[in-house]
Amino acid sequence: MSQIFRSLALVGIGIIVFVSVLAILYWLASRLPEPWRERARVAVFVGPGVLLLLGLVIPSLMNFRYSFNDRNDEWYGFGNYRDIFTNENNIKVLTNTLWWGLLVTGLSTGIGLLIARFADKTRGEPVAKAAIFLPTAISFVGAGIIWNFVYSPKEYGLLNSMLQLLPGEQDTQFFLQESSLFGMQSEWIPGLNTLLIMVVIIWIQAGFATVVLSAALKGVPDDLVEAAKIDGATENQAFYKVVVPYIKGTIITVMTTTVIVVLKIFDIIQTMGKGGSFGTSTMANEMYEQAFPQNNDGLGAAWAVLLFVAVIPIVFINTRNQRAMREGR
Amino acid sequence: MATTELPSSITPAPTEFRDQTPVSTKVANAVSWGPGKYAVWLIAFVWTIPTFGLLITSFRPEDDIKSTGWWVWFTEPANVTTENYTTVLSDKVGGIPFSDFFWNTVRIAIPASIFPLVIAAFAAYAFSWMKFKGRDTLFVVVVALLVVPLQMCLIPLLRFFSGSFFPDQLEGVPSIWIAHSIFAMPLAIFLLKNFIGSLPGEVIEAARVDGASHMTIFLRIVLPLSVPALASLAIFQFLWVWNDLLVAKVFGGGARNQPMTFALVDMVGNKGNEWQLLTAGAFVAMVVPLIVFMSLQRYFVRGLMAGSVKG
Repeated sequence: MSQIFRSLALVGIGIIVFVSVLAILYWLASRLPEPWRERARVAVFVGPGVLLLLGLVIPSLMNFRYSFNDRNDEWYGFGNYRDIFTNENNIKVLTNTLWWGLLVTGLSTGIGLLIARFADKTRGEPVAKAAIFLPTAISFVGAGIIWNFVYSPKEYGLLNSMLQLLPGEQDTQFFLQESSLFGMQSEWIPGLNTLLIMVVIIWIQAGFATVVLSAALKGVPDDLVEAAKIDGATENQAFYKVVVPYIKGTIITVMTTTVIVVLKIFDIIQTMGKGGSFGTSTMANEMYEQAFPQNNDGLGAAWAVLLFVAVIPIVFINTRNQRAMREGR
Repeated sequence: MATTELPSSITPAPTEFRDQTPVSTKVANAVSWGPGKYAVWLIAFVWTIPTFGLLITSFRPEDDIKSTGWWVWFTEPANVTTENYTTVLSDKVGGIPFSDFFWNTVRIAIPASIFPLVIAAFAAYAFSWMKFKGRDTLFVVVVALLVVPLQMCLIPLLRFFSGSFFPDQLEGVPSIWIAHSIFAMPLAIFLLKNFIGSLPGEVIEAARVDGASHMTIFLRIVLPLSVPALASLAIFQFLWVWNDLLVAKVFGGGARNQPMTFALVDMVGNKGNEWQLLTAGAFVAMVVPLIVFMSLQRYFVRGLMAGSVKG
C-alpha cells in the first residue's frame, strides 16, 4: 500500500515540478523588455528540447572516446576493436547478430506477406489478423517467459511433449542450452538455442509485417491485377510480378524496421539466454554485459560504436526509400 | 531541402487502413482463395497457442501445473484458481513484493511518456511557427540524431547521473525519466514538427494578427488540432517505456527502484520452474499493454509505423 502512495507521490511531484518550471520560465520571459522578450520566448519553447538533445550528442561523442580505453580507463588504442574481431567468443556474437538480421528479417517479412496476401478479403480477416498481431503488444520479457514455457524440458513443456509423439524413444531436450546445431558447433553457425529464440522475435515481428503489408495490399488498384490476369497471368504471377513490385516501398520499410529491432535485441537474450550464456549473445546484449555486469566500459563502448555503424546504412536505406515512396505517389 | 523531404508517417490521414474493396470482389475472392484462407486460420491458431497456454497455466493450481501440461486442463476444466495471482503479488523478488514492481513501472511510465511529448511539442511548434536564427540547421541536426542508437549514450549518461546527482529519496526515478526523455526526443520532435508544420498557416497567422501570444496559439489552436499525432506518439512511447528493461536496468540503481520487467527476469533466473508465479507475473505485466492494444488498435498501428524511422 505504501508503495502505491510513494509512487503516485513521486509521479505527482515530478509533474508539478515539470509544469511549474516551464510556466515560470515562460512568465519570466514575458517580463523582459521587447527586443529580448521574443527571443526569450523562443528559448523557452525550444530550449528544453535542445537541452535533451545535448544529452544525446555529448554522451555519443564521449562514447566514441571511451571505446579507445581499456577496462581501467587507460588508453588502449584500437585494442577493443581488435579484440572484438579476433576473439572467438566475440566473433560468435557478430555472426549471431548477422544470422539474426538475415533470418528474422527475411522470415518475418515473408510470413507477414503471405498472411497479408491470403487473409486479404477473406471472411473474418480482422480476427485472424488481430490474433497474429497480438504479440506485438507484449514486452520481449513477457514473450520470453511465454516461450521459455513452450521450450521447457519438464513434462509440461509443449515442444518436448510434441517430440514425444514421434515414434520411438525420445530423449528430453534442453533446447535453450543446446548451443550446437544438430551436432555442428562453430562460431560461424547459430546454435539451436539461438534459432529457437529467433522464433520468438519472428512470432512478434510477423504480426507487425502482416498489418503494415496488409494495409499496403489494400492500396493496390484492382484494375492493375485484373489487367495482368486478362493478359494471361496466373494468380501467382499477378501477385509476384505486379502486386509485390507495387508495394516494394512498404516491404523495404518493414524490413529496415525489423533489422533495427533485431540489431538492438537485448531483453529476450536476458530472459531466454540467461544474459548471453550458451553462445546466444548478440551485439546489443554484449554491449550491456561488458559495460555493466563486467565493468569493462571500453569494450562496451566499442560494441555500442559498432552497433551505431551497423544502424547507419539501414536508416539511410529507409530514408531514401520513404522519400521515393512519397514522390512515387 | 532535406528537412521537408523526409518521412512523415503519421502526417497523412490514414486512408490506407480503411478497407475500400467492393463487396462483390470480396465475395469472389473469398470463394477463389480456399486453401490460402485455411492456411491463414491455421497460422492464426498456431500464433495464439503459446500465449493461450500461459494464460491457462496462470489459472491452474500449482500441483497441476508442475505435474501435467496445460492442455490436460481441457479434461478437468473445473480445476481453476486465482491463487497464483494473489501469491505472485506478495511474492518477494530480492526482498521486495512483486506488487511494488508494478507501481514502479507505473511511476516510470507515466512521466516518461508525458515529459518528452510536451517538450517535443513545444520544440516542434518553435521549429514550425517561430522565427529564429539557425532554425533549419538545428532541425537537420534533430533528423540526423534519429540514427543514434541509445546504446551509444548509456555509459557516459550513467557516469553523469551516478554519484549524488539526485537525492536518494527520489529512488532513482528522475534519472530514468530523463534518460527516456532524451532517447525519445529526436523521433518525437521530428514527427510532431512534420504534423504541426503542416497545419494551415492562415489560422495561425490570423490568431497572430488578433494579438494572440505564442503560448495561447500553442495551447488553444495547435494542441487540439494535433491530437491524432500526439495520441499515436503517446501510445508508442508509453508501451516502449512500460515494456522497457534496458534503460531501467542501467539507470535505476538498486532492485528497489526497478520495474516489473526486471523482477520477471530475476524470477526467470532464480525461480525458473515456479511457473505458478512466472505465468501470473507475466500476465500482470502484460495486462496494461493488452488493454491499450485492444482499445486503441488504430493509434497503436500508426504509432508503430511512426516509430519505423528511428535508428
